[in-house]
Amino acid sequence: MTGGIGSPLLWRWHITMATSIIHRGSIFGIYLSALLLTGWLLALASGPESYGAYTGALSSPLGLLVLFGLTFTLFFNLAYNVRQAFWDMGKGFKIPEANAGSVAIIAFAVVTTLALWAVLFILGVL
Amino acid sequence: MNTGPTLRTPRSRALGLGSAHHGVGHFIVERVTAMLLVPLGLWGAWVAVQLAGQGYDAAAYWIGKPVNAVLLALLLICALVHVKHAMQVVIEDYIGRFITKAALLLLNYSICVLAGALGVFAILKAALSGAF
Repeated sequence: MTGGIGSPLLWRWHITMATSIIHRGSIFGIYLSALLLTGWLLALASGPESYGAYTGALSSPLGLLVLFGLTFTLFFNLAYNVRQAFWDMGKGFKIPEANAGSVAIIAFAVVTTLALWAVLFILGVL
Repeated sequence: MNTGPTLRTPRSRALGLGSAHHGVGHFIVERVTAMLLVPLGLWGAWVAVQLAGQGYDAAAYWIGKPVNAVLLALLLICALVHVKHAMQVVIEDYIGRFITKAALLLLNYSICVLAGALGVFAILKAALSGAF
């Protein structure tokens, strides 16, 4: 029993189930993010034309939408891993604590994602 | 099980059956990179906000600073090791067919190693080609 999607552990709606599933999904987001970072580095190393084309694609409407989603998956994954560290130490397994942790993870990811994009908007980048 | 001529010892062949006992090492690498990525990831987000929309010259100047280039290499390697381990677990959990699973695990490993090699080379090239 892995605790993944389709597992008996996830047989009904619960906030800890939601964070577990979003965490699994976020792995695909952070994977793509790592590859996009590599692509950014290659574009930078290739010179101004490549860099302009790459950042141009990322700042297209579709590119911005993808980056917005990836921002959420990165912050979500980061917060989930912090909670996981507490779980690894055997702390936070009582149901109210696990629920509060899940709410905190989602809240952190939503707030940091909106804050980062708000800063970009205020700086006039968007 | 292959009983023909082999360079592997009987013990080595038996180790591949049942638990491979790689679980603890995998677990530790995943957790250690996760903790390293908390400060590195937040730093990366802060840098991304600063460099977004600033153009090539700003990015080239930024990566020319040794501390930036080294931290970015650390971030890239930690991130790639972390996502490689994470995706490996997803593949092992959901893919049952041996050939498909083996192919995907190999693909996952190859993508991350290749991205690491290309990314580190790109950092060195961009950092050392003297834009500052």
